[in-house]
Amino acid sequence: MKIAVCIKRVPDSEARIKIGSDGKEIDGSGVKFVLNPYDEYAVEEALKLKGAAGAGEVVAVSLGTDAAQETIRTALAMGADRGILLKADNAGVDPLPAARVLAAELGEGGYDLILLGKLAIDDYSQAVGTMVAELLNLPCVSAITHLDITDGKGKAEREIEGGVEVVEFELPAVLTAEKGLNEPRYPALRGIMLAKKKPLEVKDVTLDPGGLEVLKLALPAERKAGRIVGEGPEAVPALLDALRNEAKVL
Amino acid sequence: MYDIPYLTEEHHQVREIVRDFAEREVRPIARDHDLEAKFPWENVKKMGELGFMGAPWPARLGGAEMDYLSYIIVVEELAKVDASHAITVSAHTTLGTSPIMEFGSEEQQKRYVPLLASGQVLGGFGLTEADAGSDAGGTKTVAVEKGDHYVINGAKIFITHAGVGEIFVITARTDPKAKQRNRGITSFIVTKDTVDLEACQQLGVGHVPDLPKTPGVRAGKKEDKLGWRASDTRELILEDAEVPKENRLGELGKGFVNFLKTLDDGRIGVGALSLGLAEGALNECLSYTAERKQFGRYIASFQGVHFALADIATEIEAARHLVYYAAWLRQHDKPYKTEAAMAKLFASEVAMRATTKAVQLHGGYGYTTDYPVERMIRDAKVGEIGEGTSEIQRIVIARALLGDLVNVTGD
Ligand SMILES: Cc1cc2nc3c(=O)[nH]c(=O)nc-3n(C[C@H](O)[C@H](O)[C@H](O)COP(=O)(O)OP(=O)(O)OC[C@H]3O[C@@H](n4cnc5c(N)ncnc54)[C@H](O)[C@@H]3O)c2cc1C
Repeated sequence: MKIAVCIKRVPDSEARIKIGSDGKEIDGSGVKFVLNPYDEYAVEEALKLKGAAGAGEVVAVSLGTDAAQETIRTALAMGADRGILLKADNAGVDPLPAARVLAAELGEGGYDLILLGKLAIDDYSQAVGTMVAELLNLPCVSAITHLDITDGKGKAEREIEGGVEVVEFELPAVLTAEKGLNEPRYPALRGIMLAKKKPLEVKDVTLDPGGLEVLKLALPAERKAGRIVGEGPEAVPALLDALRNEAKVL
Repeated sequence: MYDIPYLTEEHHQVREIVRDFAEREVRPIARDHDLEAKFPWENVKKMGELGFMGAPWPARLGGAEMDYLSYIIVVEELAKVDASHAITVSAHTTLGTSPIMEFGSEEQQKRYVPLLASGQVLGGFGLTEADAGSDAGGTKTVAVEKGDHYVINGAKIFITHAGVGEIFVITARTDPKAKQRNRGITSFIVTKDTVDLEACQQLGVGHVPDLPKTPGVRAGKKEDKLGWRASDTRELILEDAEVPKENRLGELGKGFVNFLKTLDDGRIGVGALSLGLAEGALNECLSYTAERKQFGRYIASFQGVHFALADIATEIEAARHLVYYAAWLRQHDKPYKTEAAMAKLFASEVAMRATTKAVQLHGGYGYTTDYPVERMIRDAKVGEIGEGTSEIQRIVIARALLGDLVNVTGD
């Protein structure tokens, strides 16, 4: 089984984000970047599938700047076999041009399975995975929490409101990973040195301009502290009042 | 991310892995293991699988095939969250395993290092005795040659892993009549069963049934300690211990010079541990002072608090450079004895000052087990004692400065 995993370099969820001087991009200086956590689930799932099959290849593909090589090496240290960097100076925020570039690469690879995270925690667009599937004309199951592959057929589970949806599909297919799919492994120290010896191919790509333009970035308003309106049943009227008239959620 | 001249991208990757592990696996259990003085076997198993227990050793001997600086980073990152985990790795690696790597025959390396480097069993180093602490050359343990083996009698105290571990390097007097008493000391490898057999068998770590055990070697009572409470410290008793001659480690009569070398290595490890501890304490202060309000303001907004934080941070930076520099010297096969002593001396005293200030910045809360700084101040103290007290480090440093003058009495 040949599996591609698309991974993205994103700011750590705990990084303190500052907006750059142009007001349109974040200021990356001093920010720690990590492998997108949802992509980690995708990498882990690919490694598990390969492990269970006892054979196959896991290829980590990233679209980004040169710095994304570091992210690819994290995936290689976890156990992926080789990496491909689709190098662009600015991957932008528009999911469609990104999906086009990825699909062009992935379509050539002869993959049985293409895995992605359900979203990247930088822009939260949740669109690239499904767009890649559409562009490649492949079946797609998004935000999966469980996966079985037997005899070239797949069965995935996704959480829907009030239940679980089970989807059967033919390979090749595109899947996006939701939290809960698995528990990603820590790379072993030995993996770091082994990763250095694994192939990492860098291909220059050009993104089309796309249709989205960032006008302005702003930090969310600071959250106000909570308030305890009272305790026990006597507090219910005050709580209802606050929910109706202050929070306006009822 | 610190860009500092001693470190490569791989070192940063090591740091990321260990930091992640420490936050997710160590932080949640550190408090309870400290309070209950419980050894963290589950995490030892995981650390073994991730290569933390054999970071600098070659892959053919079960190691992670990284370098000495990587090992230092592992210890530092663990210590930011829990010093007991850090000393477990440090004592196992530089005290337990490195003498076999450094002085062992190929045969000995092949037999013992894979078990140690993979973290399958824990190792330790038995030097200190009741009457031989700072004066480690005063060892009274004796080894008498008898046919194809030695009979060893004596008791080692304060030995890290004496209970949980299975493989130990110990020192004993082989020539009581040696003119220079230090020349009469030799090192040996001895083995015993872990005291936690049942738990180990269940978890699949810490015990190797087919490793032949040395008759007459056992663990004594467990110490009830101020800090490093989740680390195992006990007596290691040798009672007519029958040690095959092939378990002699290094040359006859070279035990003293050899363990001095081992201690030099260990000291950088304790320096890294102390550095991590100080950094961990600073991190706690940064978050606490930004949350705690008094006089209607976050205490982090008081200039008096700024001064304390700035002092801790500056001392940490200085300690970091001493520790990494000593490790870098060792890694590049340059003399590092004095620098190792300086790194350990300075970093351990920085850790003591930093954790003391950290408790102060937490006020009464910092004096309770609800906040990690209460554990950190207790954990910091032993950095100034183990692997040579601060006074002994100063003696080592002065000896390098003054040479033989140190011993001239002036009479
Ligand atoms: C938690 C823990 C773990 C340990 N793990 C190990 C281990 O794994 N293996 C091992 O072999 N040992 C281990 N030790 C022992 C440790 O190395 C010794 O405790 C240490 O070297 C000091 O020896 P001592 O306790 O006998 O103190 P002493 O040597 O009795 O020192 C008492 C005081 O006298 C001072 N002093 C002594 N000589 C001089 C001098 N010449 N000039 C000025 N001051 C002096 C000392 O600095 C100290 O302040 C451990 C100790 C602890 C607490």
